[in-house]
Amino acid sequence: MISESLIELRGLTKTYGSGDAAFQALCGVDLNIASGEFLAVMGPSGSGKSTLMNLLGCLDTPTSGSYVFKGIPVETLNKDQRSLIRRHALGFIFQGFNLLARTSTLENVELPLLYRGYPRKQRHQMAREALASVGIPEKERNTPAELSGGQQQRVAIARAIVTNPNTLFADEPTGNLDSKTTAEIMNLLCRLNSERGITIIMVTHEDDVASHAKRIVRVRDGLIESDVIISCS
Amino acid sequence: MFLNAFIIALREIRRNLTRAFLTVVGIVIGVAAVVTMVTLGRGATEVVKAQISNLGSNLLILRPGLGWGQKAPLFTTADVKAIRDQVPGIQAIAPFANANAPAVSLENVRNTDIQGTTPEYFPVANWKLSLGRFFNDAEVREGASVCVIGETIRKELFGAEVDPIGMKIRLKSMSLEVVGVTAVKGQGGFGDDLDDNIITPITTLQRRLTGRASKENINQIMISGQDGYPTVNIVADVSSLMRERRSLTKNEENNFSVFDSLQLAETISSSTRVMTSLLGAVAGVSLLVGGIGIMNIMLVSVTERTREIGIRLAIGARAREVLLQFLVEAVTLSCVGGVAGIGVAYGLCTSLAKVVGAPFLFDPKINLIAFAFSAAIGILFGFMPARRAASLDPIDALRHE
Repeated sequence: MISESLIELRGLTKTYGSGDAAFQALCGVDLNIASGEFLAVMGPSGSGKSTLMNLLGCLDTPTSGSYVFKGIPVETLNKDQRSLIRRHALGFIFQGFNLLARTSTLENVELPLLYRGYPRKQRHQMAREALASVGIPEKERNTPAELSGGQQQRVAIARAIVTNPNTLFADEPTGNLDSKTTAEIMNLLCRLNSERGITIIMVTHEDDVASHAKRIVRVRDGLIESDVIISCS
Repeated sequence: MFLNAFIIALREIRRNLTRAFLTVVGIVIGVAAVVTMVTLGRGATEVVKAQISNLGSNLLILRPGLGWGQKAPLFTTADVKAIRDQVPGIQAIAPFANANAPAVSLENVRNTDIQGTTPEYFPVANWKLSLGRFFNDAEVREGASVCVIGETIRKELFGAEVDPIGMKIRLKSMSLEVVGVTAVKGQGGFGDDLDDNIITPITTLQRRLTGRASKENINQIMISGQDGYPTVNIVADVSSLMRERRSLTKNEENNFSVFDSLQLAETISSSTRVMTSLLGAVAGVSLLVGGIGIMNIMLVSVTERTREIGIRLAIGARAREVLLQFLVEAVTLSCVGGVAGIGVAYGLCTSLAKVVGAPFLFDPKINLIAFAFSAAIGILFGFMPARRAASLDPIDALRHE
């Protein structure tokens, strides 16, 4: 399953603020992630796991160190170039779902395709396929307010995978969900990983959520504490 | 990219109809207020200007006494001649006397204003002909029984469709032949009918109607200044000449007055201009209030919109694409509001113009200014928060509370 190296981090650091108020969230992280992995990043709050996630997701820039994504040195890119990487290779799921309010499910899922410039017909078709693959094809006209938390997260996943991204970033994807829904969402992510070969990088602090992953990286005080490869459950 | 921004912007407007509506209403009120106020103000100014230009351009009127109703000596033919000969800058000068008498035709009777003057009066007072001719100097010398009548007199005495040239009007014991009809002037500055008059040679009036000594009873002297020659100079020269002729000492007040129509016109039109700008300023305040309303709506929604921007950035929108979307949104709302505002103003102006009695003059300039101003406010307040949000890192924008 593990083939080529997708992500290479070397001595990655991130410092917030400056002078006396400076806070070093990451203190030199080295990490290799291969294509097709399902990786869970764990750690207590303030450990730097979210910072690491944002850097990996090209949402933020490192203070020093290098980050190579598919051979591209991300730390040298400007804002717009990072936007384009996110547009073409990455998908995101958030704890708070982050769907556009008062906007239909279909239009939410279509959103990334609009920025990619697909024509209307193709947008609709791809969005419907994505909704079908997350298991809620019948909710395309509903707005987020009319959906349950689990359904909203499914819509968010559909939006993240509609562009067929190479890598999916999930930031506490089940943090707002009950245990039954959590299991459903985790099964969906596992399926996307095994069936579509999408690399999934997930931040969580729950052990049973992390247990779905094939590799668990534990972060503490801005450093990688342990890196364990486990067999898929 | 532009088409996409347009689609996205329209979707955003659609899903926030209340916000869009409030924004548009703010602009509509502002634009409509400014355009209506200024348009009506300008209409009123035009009415006043038209009334003044009916008086004749550069018209000076020499009247006996300083105010109305004061007993003072009338003017003489010699005064007219002296002013004509000694005061520079005079284009034409005409003596003017009037009397009231019932005018009788075969069909009808009407009490009207009989004005006695010389042919120079016609250009001085800005009279045009619609039929026939004015009387001439020879007719003035011999006191000929001729007259020029106003449109109202023609209608009342002869009928609107009748050619009155050559017909007779009887005034007391004399009979006048109609030689001309003046073009319609309409209403004067005091609501009086300027076309309700009969103009006859001054000699005819004096000898046969008022019956006073011929050279000594001129009510008014009408003077028109040469184009470009300052009327204040003429006023000063005429005043000092008349003081000299009447042997007024230094301490005595004038027993005559010089009325300067140009100055009056300037006074009136500058005061209506002041009124117009005052109304415009009041309306401008409402435009500003509308703008503040827009700003409020935009600022209230900034949290939601910042999160929206964060979402868009996270899924791969570039900052400039998000900005373009917000710009299109702001421009669309502002333009819809501006056009609707002009439409409302148009409706208000046409109905109010009737009430006020001022003509409705469409002024593209004020429409453009009001439109541009409201669009600028809409775009500024719609766009500035978006610009700040788009400059954030997507993560910060998503966390925005």
